[in-house]
Amino acid sequence: MLTIGDKTFNSRLFTGTGKFNSGELMKSALFESGSELVTMALKRVDVNSDEDHILGYLDHPQFNLLPNTSGVRNAKEAIFAAELAREALETNWLKLEIHPDPKYLLPDPVETLVAAEQLAKKGFIVLPYIHADPVLCKRLEEAGVAAVMPLGSPIGSNKGLKTIDFLEIIIEQSNVPVVVDAGIGAPSDAAKAMEIGADAVLVNTAIAVSDNPIAMARAFKMAVEAGRIAYEAKLAQPIGHASASSPLTSFIDEL
Amino acid sequence: MSFSEIFRNYNWDDIKSRIYSKTSQDVENAISKPQRNLEDFMALISPAAAPYLEQMAQLSHKLTQKRFGKTIQMYIPMYLSNECQNICTYCGFSLDNKIPRRTLTEKEILSEITHIKAMGYDHILLVTGEANKTVGLEYFKKAFRLINPSFSHISLEVQPLDQHEYEELIPLGLNTVLVYQETYHQEDYKKHHPKGKKSNFDYRLETPDRLGRAGIHKIGLGVLFGLEDWRTDSFFTALHLQYLERKYWKTKYSISFPRLRPHAGGLTPKVEMTDRELVQLICAYRIFNEEVELSLSTRESNKFRDNVIKLGITSISAGSKTNPGGYANAPESLEQFEIDDQRSPAQIAEMLTRQGYEPVWKDWDRAYGGG
Repeated sequence: MLTIGDKTFNSRLFTGTGKFNSGELMKSALFESGSELVTMALKRVDVNSDEDHILGYLDHPQFNLLPNTSGVRNAKEAIFAAELAREALETNWLKLEIHPDPKYLLPDPVETLVAAEQLAKKGFIVLPYIHADPVLCKRLEEAGVAAVMPLGSPIGSNKGLKTIDFLEIIIEQSNVPVVVDAGIGAPSDAAKAMEIGADAVLVNTAIAVSDNPIAMARAFKMAVEAGRIAYEAKLAQPIGHASASSPLTSFIDEL
Repeated sequence: MSFSEIFRNYNWDDIKSRIYSKTSQDVENAISKPQRNLEDFMALISPAAAPYLEQMAQLSHKLTQKRFGKTIQMYIPMYLSNECQNICTYCGFSLDNKIPRRTLTEKEILSEITHIKAMGYDHILLVTGEANKTVGLEYFKKAFRLINPSFSHISLEVQPLDQHEYEELIPLGLNTVLVYQETYHQEDYKKHHPKGKKSNFDYRLETPDRLGRAGIHKIGLGVLFGLEDWRTDSFFTALHLQYLERKYWKTKYSISFPRLRPHAGGLTPKVEMTDRELVQLICAYRIFNEEVELSLSTRESNKFRDNVIKLGITSISAGSKTNPGGYANAPESLEQFEIDDQRSPAQIAEMLTRQGYEPVWKDWDRAYGGG
């Protein structure tokens, strides 16, 4: 069981809602994934309409909503969007995303820290999307975030865990759950993240854009479970090539 | 520094001959590389790339889905005015065209809004000619105050404005500005724009810089296909795009693909761009730049649009009227150009769904503000 803020999760696979070709397919794939925390961009939600289609499909006890601030460019806009999300979606959970660079959608560490400090004070359960920067993770922890969400590689790139050395440092040092977000392109990437001790992963593009999102969702579910079991069972450490002779220490026996 | 200084370092004829001398080896290299530069873009738009069209289309399809998913954004134009002080040889609103001129009143704007909202739209593109005295900043401010409460995303395709004017409109809801250079061939530009403020090539060329400095969210670029060699014009568009992306890195960019369409007092295209060539260009842009938005209007035919949404296009319009008041007030007034795809937004949405795409009506929120 994974606990973040006031919630516990059986599933360590968090999911996104973008890029699916229909709401119906999104819903089926997310069910199949077993995911209990799903993120959606506030900008895609029509908060003034009673029948917003994204929210309609996610209205089920399995799904906890994690609104995100995708589209904002600085702390001020992020805080405004967060307040709106809290009011419209009736949750104080928030995936804080501030990526002023619309090309690679890389997060702005300075604005993210400023916004996280203020949002935590306002009572939000803040999960910030950030670069795999161990020092920033500690600063965010001090600011009162509920978890950190470092990236494996740029959003939607499917490039896998390019930042793995830094993810390992973050996982080693963190006092809050570490959710590897962005760039996870294959179930094996998700399994790897879990094996090195990530508390959860967030996957969207790899499921939504596959030819069979429902089957891919199941594959990710299994991979995340396998990776977690392997982590808990303690992976055997890789060993360099065996050597029968000990040219540097054999002299000891000869003394 | 602005783009015009960079532009001066390039020679049209030199670029054209470099494009036309690209070889199949250059094209194959461009297709197989993980990242492409402007040299590769030249190869992809060159005649040498023609035999590789299917391969380019498959790559473009894959890259587009990775970035944008199985979705297509929906927008609709609202023409506010056809008053215009410019002479443009290819445009139905040109000053020398003896047509009834009309600028929507506040009441008319409101009834157009009601009509457009009923079609399901939430992203709107406002279009005018260039009549600075009657349809200038003050008119736009009034229009934005009326339109902003009803739409999540407002784009503007009007005369180029000064930086401070953009800065005044952004807080009122301006998110995106489309400003097409029409052609980067300076002498030809002069021929096609003999009179009016638009005849100032440099002022238009530097508009994206003014927008970038104003902190706009998105800038749309493009040329009008039919005026000059489309390959060379597209190279300059890509050069412009690359310059802007590096300089105004917080701004998003989109490219449009207008081909000359019949209109009152029409101009026969000097250079014909075939359907096959337009597909090549769309794919070339996507392979060159995985993140840029690519937009296609109702100028194109049903069959063409139905097929290219899979090849790189990320946003389309439907049910468009290109005359001021065309939705509710004056359905019979003169259009800027004839639209080809006459299907309703609901029909287009159904076509998208059938092809495995979700039409996206809302992908922004007023709450984010323009600036």
